[in-house]
Amino acid sequence: MSTGDGFLVLSSFLASGVEMVEALTIVLAAGLARGWRSSLAGLGVATLVLAVTVAVLGPALTVIPLQALRLVVGALLLVFGLQWLRKAILRASGYKALHDEDAIFARELADARGAASDERAGLDWYGFTLSFKGVLLEGLEVVFIVLTFGSAQASIPLAAVGAAAALILVAGVGVAVRAPLARVPENAMKFAVGVMLTTFGIFWSVEGAGADWPGSDAALLGVLGLVVGSSFLFVHLLRRERRARLSTVEVRA
Amino acid sequence: MTWLAGFGRFWWEFVIGDDWLVAVLVIVAIGATAVLAAAGVTAWWLLPPAVLLILWLSLRRAIRSA
Repeated sequence: MSTGDGFLVLSSFLASGVEMVEALTIVLAAGLARGWRSSLAGLGVATLVLAVTVAVLGPALTVIPLQALRLVVGALLLVFGLQWLRKAILRASGYKALHDEDAIFARELADARGAASDERAGLDWYGFTLSFKGVLLEGLEVVFIVLTFGSAQASIPLAAVGAAAALILVAGVGVAVRAPLARVPENAMKFAVGVMLTTFGIFWSVEGAGADWPGSDAALLGVLGLVVGSSFLFVHLLRRERRARLSTVEVRA
Repeated sequence: MTWLAGFGRFWWEFVIGDDWLVAVLVIVAIGATAVLAAAGVTAWWLLPPAVLLILWLSLRRAIRSA
Protein backbone atom coordinates (compact mmCIF):
# COMPACT_ATOMS: atom_id res chain seq x y z
CA MET A 1 0.00 0.00 0.00
CA SER A 2 1.47 3.41 -0.99
CA THR A 3 1.63 6.53 1.23
CA GLY A 4 -1.34 7.95 -0.66
CA ASP A 5 -3.41 4.79 -0.16
CA GLY A 6 -2.67 4.71 3.58
CA PHE A 7 -3.71 8.35 3.96
CA LEU A 8 -6.78 7.66 1.85
CA VAL A 9 -8.07 4.90 4.17
CA LEU A 10 -7.19 6.86 7.33
CA SER A 11 -8.85 10.08 6.08
CA SER A 12 -11.96 8.26 4.97
CA PHE A 13 -12.14 6.45 8.34
CA LEU A 14 -11.73 9.62 10.42
CA ALA A 15 -14.10 11.79 8.35
CA SER A 16 -16.76 9.07 8.20
CA GLY A 17 -16.35 8.31 11.92
CA VAL A 18 -17.00 11.95 12.90
CA GLU A 19 -20.14 12.13 10.74
CA MET A 20 -21.40 8.74 11.96
CA VAL A 21 -21.01 9.74 15.63
CA GLU A 22 -23.20 12.79 14.88
CA ALA A 23 -25.77 10.67 13.00
CA LEU A 24 -25.84 8.16 15.89
CA THR A 25 -26.71 10.96 18.35
CA ILE A 26 -29.76 11.90 16.24
CA VAL A 27 -30.91 8.28 15.73
CA LEU A 28 -30.59 7.62 19.48
CA ALA A 29 -32.55 10.77 20.39
CA ALA A 30 -35.31 9.85 17.89
CA GLY A 31 -35.39 6.22 19.11
CA LEU A 32 -35.52 7.00 22.83
CA ALA A 33 -38.08 9.81 22.52
CA ARG A 34 -40.33 8.58 19.68
CA GLY A 35 -39.84 4.81 19.49
CA TRP A 36 -37.20 2.63 17.86
CA ARG A 37 -39.40 1.45 14.96
CA SER A 38 -39.74 4.93 13.43
CA SER A 39 -36.14 5.86 14.16
CA LEU A 40 -34.72 2.68 12.60
CA ALA A 41 -37.07 3.02 9.60
CA GLY A 42 -35.67 6.55 9.04
CA LEU A 43 -32.13 5.18 9.33
CA GLY A 44 -32.91 2.38 6.85
CA VAL A 45 -34.52 4.60 4.19
CA ALA A 46 -31.72 7.21 4.43
CA THR A 47 -29.08 4.45 4.10
CA LEU A 48 -30.88 3.17 1.00
CA VAL A 49 -30.90 6.67 -0.58
CA LEU A 50 -27.18 7.04 0.18
CA ALA A 51 -26.41 3.60 -1.28
CA VAL A 52 -28.25 4.51 -4.51
CA THR A 53 -26.33 7.82 -4.67
CA VAL A 54 -22.99 5.97 -4.39
CA ALA A 55 -24.09 3.32 -6.93
CA VAL A 56 -25.05 6.00 -9.49
CA LEU A 57 -22.24 8.54 -8.96
CA GLY A 58 -19.37 6.10 -8.26
CA PRO A 59 -19.17 4.49 -11.73
CA ALA A 60 -19.91 7.85 -13.43
CA LEU A 61 -16.85 9.44 -11.78
CA THR A 62 -14.52 6.70 -13.03
CA VAL A 63 -15.27 7.72 -16.64
CA ILE A 64 -13.83 11.24 -16.17
CA PRO A 65 -10.09 11.61 -17.06
CA LEU A 66 -7.96 11.48 -13.88
CA GLN A 67 -6.23 14.86 -14.31
CA ALA A 68 -9.51 16.76 -14.82
CA LEU A 69 -11.03 14.85 -11.91
CA ARG A 70 -8.11 15.73 -9.62
CA LEU A 71 -8.39 19.41 -10.56
CA VAL A 72 -12.11 19.58 -9.73
CA VAL A 73 -11.93 17.26 -6.71
CA GLY A 74 -8.80 18.99 -5.39
CA ALA A 75 -10.44 22.43 -5.59
CA LEU A 76 -13.65 21.12 -3.96
CA LEU A 77 -11.74 19.36 -1.17
CA LEU A 78 -9.62 22.43 -0.58
CA VAL A 79 -12.63 24.73 -0.18
CA PHE A 80 -14.50 22.12 1.87
CA GLY A 81 -11.42 21.20 3.97
CA LEU A 82 -10.55 24.83 4.75
CA GLN A 83 -14.06 25.21 6.24
CA TRP A 84 -13.38 22.28 8.58
CA LEU A 85 -9.89 23.46 9.45
CA ARG A 86 -10.96 27.06 10.10
CA LYS A 87 -13.70 25.92 12.50
CA ALA A 88 -11.31 23.46 14.22
CA ILE A 89 -8.66 26.20 14.71
CA LEU A 90 -11.29 28.63 16.03
CA ARG A 91 -12.49 25.93 18.49
CA ALA A 92 -8.96 25.03 19.61
CA SER A 93 -8.05 28.69 20.18
CA GLY A 94 -11.22 29.42 22.18
CA TYR A 95 -12.98 31.65 19.63
CA LYS A 96 -15.72 29.07 18.99
CA ALA A 97 -17.51 26.75 21.44
CA LEU A 98 -16.32 23.13 21.45
CA HIS A 99 -18.59 20.51 19.87
CA ASP A 100 -20.46 18.83 22.76
CA GLU A 101 -22.24 15.60 21.79
CA ASP A 102 -23.97 15.29 25.21
CA ALA A 103 -25.46 18.79 24.94
CA ILE A 104 -26.62 18.15 21.36
CA PHE A 105 -28.20 14.84 22.44
CA ALA A 106 -30.03 16.51 25.36
CA ARG A 107 -31.37 19.24 23.03
CA GLU A 108 -32.51 16.76 20.35
CA LEU A 109 -34.15 14.57 23.01
CA ALA A 110 -36.06 17.50 24.56
CA ASP A 111 -37.25 18.69 21.11
CA ALA A 112 -38.35 15.16 20.13
CA ARG A 113 -40.23 14.63 23.41
CA GLY A 114 -41.99 17.99 23.07
CA ALA A 115 -43.15 17.49 19.45
CA ALA A 116 -46.81 16.63 18.75
CA SER A 117 -47.76 13.08 17.77
CA ASP A 118 -48.44 12.48 14.06
CA GLU A 119 -48.76 8.91 12.80
CA ARG A 120 -48.33 8.14 9.07
CA ALA A 121 -47.87 4.75 7.38
CA GLY A 122 -47.86 3.17 10.84
CA LEU A 123 -44.83 5.23 11.90
CA ASP A 124 -44.33 8.14 14.26
CA TRP A 125 -43.64 10.77 11.57
CA TYR A 126 -41.51 13.09 13.72
CA GLY A 127 -39.24 10.22 14.80
CA PHE A 128 -38.97 8.93 11.23
CA THR A 129 -38.14 12.31 9.62
CA LEU A 130 -35.73 13.30 12.42
CA SER A 131 -33.76 10.09 11.97
CA PHE A 132 -34.03 10.16 8.14
CA LYS A 133 -32.86 13.78 7.76
CA GLY A 134 -30.06 13.37 10.31
CA VAL A 135 -28.63 10.24 8.70
CA LEU A 136 -29.08 11.61 5.15
CA LEU A 137 -27.35 14.94 5.84
CA GLU A 138 -24.45 13.44 7.81
CA GLY A 139 -24.28 10.54 5.33
CA LEU A 140 -24.05 12.91 2.34
CA GLU A 141 -20.80 14.27 3.79
CA VAL A 142 -19.50 10.69 4.06
CA VAL A 143 -20.55 9.97 0.45
CA PHE A 144 -18.93 13.22 -0.73
CA ILE A 145 -15.65 12.41 1.01
CA VAL A 146 -15.56 8.73 -0.06
CA LEU A 147 -16.36 9.53 -3.70
CA THR A 148 -14.01 12.50 -4.02
CA PHE A 149 -11.10 10.86 -2.18
CA GLY A 150 -11.66 7.51 -3.85
CA SER A 151 -12.06 8.80 -7.40
CA ALA A 152 -9.08 11.19 -7.23
CA GLN A 153 -6.85 8.37 -5.92
CA ALA A 154 -8.45 6.03 -8.52
CA SER A 155 -9.62 3.71 -5.72
CA ILE A 156 -13.20 4.22 -4.52
CA PRO A 157 -13.22 0.71 -2.89
CA LEU A 158 -10.24 1.66 -0.69
CA ALA A 159 -12.01 4.82 0.51
CA ALA A 160 -15.13 2.71 1.10
CA VAL A 161 -13.07 0.35 3.32
CA GLY A 162 -12.19 3.28 5.61
CA ALA A 163 -15.86 4.37 5.76
CA ALA A 164 -17.09 0.80 6.37
CA ALA A 165 -14.58 0.33 9.23
CA ALA A 166 -15.88 3.55 10.82
CA LEU A 167 -19.50 2.39 10.35
CA ILE A 168 -18.83 -0.98 12.02
CA LEU A 169 -16.98 0.65 14.92
CA VAL A 170 -19.50 3.47 15.57
CA ALA A 171 -22.59 1.25 15.10
CA GLY A 172 -21.08 -1.52 17.26
CA VAL A 173 -20.17 0.81 20.12
CA GLY A 174 -23.49 2.68 19.72
CA VAL A 175 -25.53 -0.53 20.06
CA ALA A 176 -23.41 -1.62 23.03
CA VAL A 177 -23.63 1.60 25.06
CA ARG A 178 -26.96 3.03 23.76
CA ALA A 179 -25.79 6.55 24.54
CA PRO A 180 -24.16 9.37 22.54
CA LEU A 181 -20.46 8.73 22.07
CA ALA A 182 -19.40 11.77 24.06
CA ARG A 183 -16.02 10.24 24.92
CA VAL A 184 -14.97 10.15 21.28
CA PRO A 185 -12.41 12.97 20.90
CA GLU A 186 -14.60 14.61 18.25
CA ASN A 187 -12.94 18.03 18.31
CA ALA A 188 -9.50 16.47 17.80
CA MET A 189 -10.91 14.23 15.04
CA LYS A 190 -12.48 17.22 13.27
CA PHE A 191 -9.10 18.99 13.44
CA ALA A 192 -7.42 15.91 11.91
CA VAL A 193 -10.06 15.66 9.18
CA GLY A 194 -9.65 19.36 8.33
CA VAL A 195 -5.89 18.80 8.04
CA MET A 196 -6.33 15.69 5.84
CA LEU A 197 -8.89 17.31 3.53
CA THR A 198 -6.69 20.40 3.09
CA THR A 199 -3.57 18.26 2.49
CA PHE A 200 -5.24 16.11 -0.18
CA GLY A 201 -6.89 19.22 -1.65
CA ILE A 202 -3.49 20.91 -2.11
CA PHE A 203 -1.88 17.72 -3.46
CA TRP A 204 -4.51 16.91 -6.07
CA SER A 205 -5.12 20.56 -7.10
CA VAL A 206 -1.43 20.93 -7.98
CA GLU A 207 -1.46 17.67 -9.98
CA GLY A 208 -4.76 18.61 -11.64
CA ALA A 209 -3.32 22.02 -12.60
CA GLY A 210 -0.61 20.20 -14.54
CA ALA A 211 2.34 20.61 -12.13
CA ASP A 212 4.43 17.70 -10.76
CA TRP A 213 5.38 17.15 -7.13
CA PRO A 214 9.04 16.44 -6.38
CA GLY A 215 9.12 12.87 -5.02
CA SER A 216 5.65 12.08 -6.37
CA ASP A 217 3.33 10.55 -3.68
CA ALA A 218 5.97 11.02 -0.95
CA ALA A 219 5.38 14.79 -1.24
CA LEU A 220 2.08 14.20 0.58
CA LEU A 221 4.08 13.81 3.82
CA GLY A 222 5.74 17.20 3.25
CA VAL A 223 2.40 18.89 2.55
CA LEU A 224 0.89 17.19 5.61
CA GLY A 225 3.75 18.41 7.82
CA LEU A 226 3.37 21.95 6.52
CA VAL A 227 -0.43 22.01 7.08
CA VAL A 228 -0.16 20.45 10.58
CA GLY A 229 2.69 22.77 11.64
CA SER A 230 0.95 25.89 10.32
CA SER A 231 -2.37 24.92 11.93
CA PHE A 232 -0.73 24.53 15.36
CA LEU A 233 1.08 27.83 14.85
CA PHE A 234 -2.24 29.55 14.03
CA VAL A 235 -3.86 28.04 17.15
CA HIS A 236 -0.93 29.27 19.26
CA LEU A 237 -1.05 32.80 17.79
CA LEU A 238 -4.83 33.10 18.15
CA ARG A 239 -4.80 31.75 21.74
CA ARG A 240 -2.14 34.30 22.69
CA GLU A 241 -4.09 37.10 21.03
CA ARG A 242 -7.31 36.03 22.81
CA ARG A 243 -5.58 35.90 26.19
CA ALA A 244 -4.14 39.39 25.61
CA ARG A 245 -7.58 40.71 24.67
CA LEU A 246 -9.22 39.17 27.73
CA SER A 247 -6.57 40.54 30.10
CA THR A 248 -6.99 44.03 28.56
CA VAL A 249 -10.75 43.82 29.18
CA GLU A 250 -10.13 42.69 32.81
CA VAL A 251 -7.69 45.59 33.45
CA ARG A 252 -10.22 48.10 32.04
CA ALA A 253 -13.01 46.62 34.20
CA MET B 1 -38.37 26.75 -8.18
CA THR B 2 -38.40 26.83 -4.38
CA TRP B 3 -37.11 23.24 -4.33
CA LEU B 4 -34.37 24.13 -6.82
CA ALA B 5 -33.34 27.20 -4.79
CA GLY B 6 -33.26 25.07 -1.63
CA PHE B 7 -31.16 22.43 -3.38
CA GLY B 8 -28.71 25.08 -4.63
CA ARG B 9 -28.54 26.69 -1.19
CA PHE B 10 -27.83 23.31 0.42
CA TRP B 11 -24.85 22.64 -1.87
CA TRP B 12 -23.58 26.22 -1.50
CA GLU B 13 -23.59 25.92 2.31
CA PHE B 14 -22.22 22.38 2.13
CA VAL B 15 -19.16 23.17 -0.01
CA ILE B 16 -18.59 26.94 0.21
CA GLY B 17 -19.84 27.52 3.78
CA ASP B 18 -19.80 30.91 5.46
CA ASP B 19 -16.73 32.43 3.78
CA TRP B 20 -17.12 32.67 0.00
CA LEU B 21 -13.81 34.55 -0.30
CA VAL B 22 -11.96 31.28 0.48
CA ALA B 23 -13.49 29.65 -2.61
CA VAL B 24 -12.61 32.63 -4.84
CA LEU B 25 -9.00 32.83 -3.61
CA VAL B 26 -8.50 29.05 -3.88
CA ILE B 27 -9.65 29.13 -7.52
CA VAL B 28 -7.33 32.10 -8.25
CA ALA B 29 -4.37 30.24 -6.64
CA ILE B 30 -5.07 27.02 -8.58
CA GLY B 31 -5.45 29.07 -11.78
CA ALA B 32 -2.08 30.73 -11.17
CA THR B 33 -0.51 27.28 -10.62
CA ALA B 34 -2.02 26.07 -13.92
CA VAL B 35 -0.70 29.13 -15.78
CA LEU B 36 2.85 28.58 -14.44
CA ALA B 37 2.70 24.83 -15.25
CA ALA B 38 1.45 25.54 -18.79
CA ALA B 39 4.36 27.98 -19.30
CA GLY B 40 6.79 25.19 -18.34
CA VAL B 41 7.75 26.80 -15.01
CA THR B 42 8.04 24.65 -11.85
CA ALA B 43 4.74 25.39 -10.12
CA TRP B 44 4.20 22.94 -7.21
CA TRP B 45 5.56 25.41 -4.62
CA LEU B 46 2.87 28.05 -5.21
CA LEU B 47 -0.30 26.48 -3.79
CA PRO B 48 0.82 25.37 -0.28
CA PRO B 49 1.81 28.85 1.00
CA ALA B 50 -1.14 30.42 -0.86
CA VAL B 51 -3.58 28.07 0.91
CA LEU B 52 -2.05 28.81 4.32
CA LEU B 53 -2.30 32.55 3.63
CA ILE B 54 -5.97 32.11 2.61
CA LEU B 55 -6.62 30.15 5.83
CA TRP B 56 -5.05 32.88 7.95
CA LEU B 57 -7.08 35.61 6.18
CA SER B 58 -10.27 33.59 6.68
CA LEU B 59 -9.49 33.13 10.40
CA ARG B 60 -8.96 36.89 10.79
CA ARG B 61 -12.29 37.56 9.01
CA ALA B 62 -14.10 35.06 11.26
CA ILE B 63 -12.67 36.66 14.43
CA ARG B 64 -13.49 40.18 13.25
CA SER B 65 -17.10 39.27 12.47
CA ALA B 66 -17.58 37.30 15.75
